[in-house]
Amino acid sequence: MIRELNDLTAGLFLISGFAILRFRQVQDCFRSFLFQSFFLAVSAFLIGFKLDSLDLMIATGITILSKLILIPWTLNRSLHQEMYERREIAQILNLPVSLLIGAGLLIFSYFISMPILRHLSEFSKVNLPIGIAGALIGAYTLIVRQEAIPQLIGILAMENGGFFLGISTAANLPLMAELIAAFDVLILAFVAGILIHHIHQKTGTTHVGSLNALKEGTGKP
Amino acid sequence: MPERIFFNALQVFVVLFLSPLVKGVQDKLKERLQSKKGPSVFQPYYDIWKLFHKDEIISEYSSWIFRITPYILFITPIFVTLLIPVLTDYPLFFAFMGDMLGGGFILALGGFFAALAAIDTGNPYGPMGASRSRMVGFLAEPVFMIVFFTVAFVAGSTIPYIVQQDWIHPLSNFFSPSHLLLLVAFVMLILAETGKIPVDNPSGHFELAMIDESRNLEYSGKGAALVKWGGCMKFFVLCCIFLNVLAAPWGLATQAALGPVILAVPLIFLKICVFLFVLVGIESSLAKLRLFRITEFLTAAFIISISAMIMKIFSF
Repeated sequence: MIRELNDLTAGLFLISGFAILRFRQVQDCFRSFLFQSFFLAVSAFLIGFKLDSLDLMIATGITILSKLILIPWTLNRSLHQEMYERREIAQILNLPVSLLIGAGLLIFSYFISMPILRHLSEFSKVNLPIGIAGALIGAYTLIVRQEAIPQLIGILAMENGGFFLGISTAANLPLMAELIAAFDVLILAFVAGILIHHIHQKTGTTHVGSLNALKEGTGKP
Repeated sequence: MPERIFFNALQVFVVLFLSPLVKGVQDKLKERLQSKKGPSVFQPYYDIWKLFHKDEIISEYSSWIFRITPYILFITPIFVTLLIPVLTDYPLFFAFMGDMLGGGFILALGGFFAALAAIDTGNPYGPMGASRSRMVGFLAEPVFMIVFFTVAFVAGSTIPYIVQQDWIHPLSNFFSPSHLLLLVAFVMLILAETGKIPVDNPSGHFELAMIDESRNLEYSGKGAALVKWGGCMKFFVLCCIFLNVLAAPWGLATQAALGPVILAVPLIFLKICVFLFVLVGIESSLAKLRLFRITEFLTAAFIISISAMIMKIFSF
C-alpha cells in the first residue's frame, strides 16, 4: 500500500515538474513548484514511515519548513510585485516544443537508470528515474526561460529532483548533509531574490534573457 | 446467447434515449452554477422533437455528402455502443467485433464526414470550423493513441471489457500512477473532442470563434435533429468509455439477468451526473483558450499520457 502511494506521489511529482515548464505565468509556475515540494515531502514521509527512518522524518520536516514556508516567505518579501506583475514569461522555444523536449528528458532518465533499475529497492525503482527527470527538467527550465524568477524556480526544481532521488537511495544519509542542503537552497533563494530585486530596481525589468545582447562586438543593441 | 443480443440492443436503446437527458442535465447544471435558472432538463428532447417536425432546406449546390452526413453522425455512436460496456461488465454479443481503437476510428469517421459536409455547402463559416475541428482532432489523435497503448500494456488487450476488469483486479492497479495520469489525460481529451470550454465554447454563437458548432450551421429540420442527437450520443458514449472502462468500473450488471441490467441504467446515469459536476466545474472555472493555445493544452495532455505509459512500462 505504501509503495503504491509512493508511486502515485512520484507521478504527481513528475507532473508538477512538467507544470513548472508548462505554465506561462510566474504565479502558476511558483505554485507548481510548491506542489512539487509538497509531493517531495509526502514521498519522504512515506519512505520514512516504511523504513522506520527517523532521519527521513526529520528531512520531511525540513523540506516542509524550508520549501513550503520559508522560501515562499522570502521570495514574497523580496519580490512581491514582480511576481504578480509579470504574467507572460518569455521563452526561447515555444511551449509545445519545450514540453516535448521535457518528455524526451523523462525517457532519457529512464533509459540511463534502466541498467540498475532491477537491482534497486522498491522505492528507488520509481524515485530514481523520476528524481533524475525532475532534476533534468529543472535544468531545462533554467535554460529555456528568459525571466529571472522562473530561472530561480528552475534551480529550486533541480534541487527538488536531486532530493527526491536521494531520499530513496540513501535513506540514512547523515542528517547534517540534509540540513546543509536544505539551508543552502534557502540561502540561494534569498540571495537570488535580492539579486532579482536589484536587477528590477536598476533596469525596470526582470527579463534577464536580454542581457545576452550585451556581448561585445555583435554590434546589435 | 439470445439474451446477450437482447442486452446489446437494450444498451443501444439506453444510449439513444438517455443521451439527450444527459445533455439537458449538463446545460441545467451549467446555468445553475452561474446563478441562472436554466432550461428544463428535458429541453433537448423538445428541441429534437420540434426539429423533426420542421421542413428541411438543403442548398442546391450541395452534394450527396451533405445529405448522408446526418445519418452517419447519428449511426456512428450507435456502432460504438455495441462495442463498449454500457450496462454490463461481461462481454455482450458484439463485444469482440472491435476494440477501443476500432471505436475511436468509427467516431473519427463521423468527424470526417461532418468536416466534408461543412465544406460541401460553400458557406464561408463551415470550412473554417471544419478545418479548426480537424486541427483539434489531429492534435488529439496522438493522445488517444498513447492512452490506448498504455491501456494495452496494462491489460494486454484493448477490448474494453477486458481492460475494465484489469483496473480493479487487484484493486491496487486502480491507484497506480499510470492509471491516474491516464484519467487526467482522458478528461482533457474529452474536453477537446466534445468542444468543451478550454478548447471551444459550446454555447457561443459567434461564427468566427466557433469550432465544433459551425460545422452544423447549414442543417435544418430533420438533418439538424439527427446531428444534435448524434452529438448527444457521442458525448454519452465517450462518458461511458471514460467511466465504465477507465475511471469507475463499478455499478455495472454482473449477472446475465434482466433485473441487474435494468438496475444498471440509473446507476450509470448517476455516475455520469457525478462526472458532469466535475466537467461543469472545469468549464465554469476556466476561460476559453485562444486558437493557437489549444496546441499547448493538448501537448500537456500528450505529455501526461506519455508519462503514464513510461511509468507503466518501467514498473517491474
